[in-house]
Amino acid sequence: MLVDARARFENYVVGSANRLAVAAAHAVADAPGAVYNPLFIYSGSGLGKTHLIGAIGNLALQRNPDLIVEYVPLEDFVEQLHAAIAGGEMERFKHRYGRVDVLLIDDMQFLTGRRETQSELLRLLNTLQGTGRQIIMTSDRPPVEIADVDERLISRMSGGLIVDIGVPDFETRVAILRAKCEERKVSFAPGVIEELARVDFANVRELQGALNKLGAQQSVDGTITPAQVRGLVGAPDPAPAASPTAAAQDEFFSFLTDIASAVAAHVEPWKVRVGESIAYWGGEGYRTTALERLMAEKSAPANYEALLRGFGQAVEQLRELERQVTTVDPTLGGADLFRDPERLGEAASFVESALAGAVPPAGPQAAFARGAFEESGSNQMAVRAADAVIAEPGHRYNPLFLAGPSGVGKTHLLNAIGNELARRGGPNHRVACVGAQLFIDELIAALQDGTVERFRARYRAADVLLIDDVQFVASKERTQEELFHVFNHFHSAGKQLVFASDLPPKQIEGLEDRLRSRFEGGLVAQLESPDRALRAKLYGRYLSDAQMPSTPELVGFLADRPAASVRELIGTVHRISAAAEARGSALSLDIARAELEAGGITATSAPATVRQAADVFFLDDEKIIWEWPDAGARLVEELR
Amino acid sequence: MSLVNYATREITCKIVYYGPGRSGKTTNLHYIYSQVPDDRKGKMVSLATQTDRTLFFDFLPLDLGSISGFTTKFQLYTVPGQVYYQTTRRLVLQGADGVVFVADSQARQLEENIESFQDLHANLSDQGIDPRGMPIVVQYNKQDLPADLILPVPELSDAINFRGAPEFAADALHGPGVFETLRGISELVLRRLSATGSAAGAAAAGPK
Repeated sequence: MLVDARARFENYVVGSANRLAVAAAHAVADAPGAVYNPLFIYSGSGLGKTHLIGAIGNLALQRNPDLIVEYVPLEDFVEQLHAAIAGGEMERFKHRYGRVDVLLIDDMQFLTGRRETQSELLRLLNTLQGTGRQIIMTSDRPPVEIADVDERLISRMSGGLIVDIGVPDFETRVAILRAKCEERKVSFAPGVIEELARVDFANVRELQGALNKLGAQQSVDGTITPAQVRGLVGAPDPAPAASPTAAAQDEFFSFLTDIASAVAAHVEPWKVRVGESIAYWGGEGYRTTALERLMAEKSAPANYEALLRGFGQAVEQLRELERQVTTVDPTLGGADLFRDPERLGEAASFVESALAGAVPPAGPQAAFARGAFEESGSNQMAVRAADAVIAEPGHRYNPLFLAGPSGVGKTHLLNAIGNELARRGGPNHRVACVGAQLFIDELIAALQDGTVERFRARYRAADVLLIDDVQFVASKERTQEELFHVFNHFHSAGKQLVFASDLPPKQIEGLEDRLRSRFEGGLVAQLESPDRALRAKLYGRYLSDAQMPSTPELVGFLADRPAASVRELIGTVHRISAAAEARGSALSLDIARAELEAGGITATSAPATVRQAADVFFLDDEKIIWEWPDAGARLVEELR
Repeated sequence: MSLVNYATREITCKIVYYGPGRSGKTTNLHYIYSQVPDDRKGKMVSLATQTDRTLFFDFLPLDLGSISGFTTKFQLYTVPGQVYYQTTRRLVLQGADGVVFVADSQARQLEENIESFQDLHANLSDQGIDPRGMPIVVQYNKQDLPADLILPVPELSDAINFRGAPEFAADALHGPGVFETLRGISELVLRRLSATGSAAGAAAAGPK
């Protein structure tokens, strides 16, 4: 079959959708068999495949008129093959195609399922390609998508170049229509071609059909206008179409632009500002009634910016008040009162009374001064640690755990630390110094009243916490629980903790491990029974405090005597001074020795010691009930 | 309904298309609907009778996006034009920020137009709204019909638009005049923003 002579590159309109296919086709036509062999072109129906391969054939022939160019739609090829088989003329069929220089096969998609055609075609392609002849094929789909085709044939078809042709864009459509008009020597009123190109045709063939229709209509009715185009070609009006075209959407966007400028012109900036503030503070949970009143104003109040600022400041003050009150009682935070800037005054007085009503935990006892605490080898470590804590609370030893037997000065040292820290911290530095028993009692009372929150807040508000006799919390689960939380609060905040106990944490029975390990996490400092040096120092001081003569001999004699605790030293001083008083002379070594060494014998009887050591009034026989000769007779009431 | 909410930064504009039966109110909305990009329009709700006439009302929400920092939404409603849906008309008219009166340009519909326009005024007054304070524009629809069937705009204007509201000739079926009308009413409505503010003020002014 010969190639359609009208199919030429000159009248094939090139657009972005077919540029690659046209370039490949041109290259093939210029030098058949040299490049892209085979060339496989695919596209939807009516987009110019047949025209393009026709153009290849025509150009190739034009370049070299001696070439044998054969164009065959696949259906025809199949028919010829069947006829050849039926007529026993296969050899002639093979010879006919075997001599072709450029073979153009259209509509390869019809290969589907045709086994014998496929095998014959495969053989033919092998022959042609082997001898350097050009093969060009078209299809409505790429080779791999043609169903039920021999793998070998597919790979043969795909072996050269596969290109596709897309739907032409608007400009290409206009160019196609103009080209067709020239070809047919028809002309239309301005805008008709463009309007037709705007119509959404699926392919160029339909576009040509529509152009033909317009041409025919024009020859009957006279000149047609762009407005008539759609009606004549039966295309739907673009307006009610489901998807508005870009041009139609402009109507909406120009409307939008106008609205935007109208809004910008009429919206009042000050109301925007106030509105923003209402939205912001409202979102933060504050009542904005004041701002809403402002919004209701007809025109911008002169000082609205100052009012907005004032509102913000009031909120800040409320926040500060709320923060303060939660240190006393967390349950008071979040009250409505702290959400309304108009009730700022009310909130302030509320916080004031709440703070006043809150009793901070007890502080250290002023009597225990650091200066009055004597250092010696027996307590050196504890004293040095205490001084370090005083110098840098919360940094060096946190917690500081003072352990030692009764009467060696733990309480004194604990309170001394507290006093020093309170003195150095200034008036706002809150030092809480309590006995563990008080801590327990307060907790029990708080549990009773349901004010545990307040109890916690009181302690947490302190900057330093010192707890004496902490061994008392042993076996008290709830107290340990609270102490654990308080400890964690202080420790994580870097606030100093000091504990005193008669036993180191390890030896306190009934102490939970979580507390034990925390107590041991700082420094456990032991205070031992006073050594001789300390005893000498203390005796010297106590004697001079009691305005007694303190000769080195006396102090040396006293210091030589062992003592378990400082308290015992004080007792000794009291005893010898009482003895000296009883004898009516000043205290001397002799008196002391006589009293203490004689007392050493009588000391086995405690009441006798008391009798000798205490003053006369105290020695009244009537003082001590168990010494009454007739206790039973003296009972006024019967025991119940 | 407040037109401008400064706190939430929203502008919500309720525009009611009012007019006699079959004057093309729903057609106006359909045309607008067809022109709006998909992401800007809500679902058009239309409750129609079997003969495709508006039974209750059409509702077309339009999201105009952020304008001057305000989330701007237009809600377009139509009322049923037929005389016997008086209650529905009043209901739809409640809280309207502006009214588009769609008149039928056909000569034989002139009486219906006039009646409907009076009905609008009566309904507004009944709701305690001073019609003079309500933004209204008038659209003369169906101007695409053959000239012998319709009245020219000046003649219609004389007969219907005694208030001298802004007026627009339109062909709602094909689009001309539809957006011009919407733009006209929108500008009237927005202009009231700067004049004392909201629809609430106008409502309070009218007799109860």
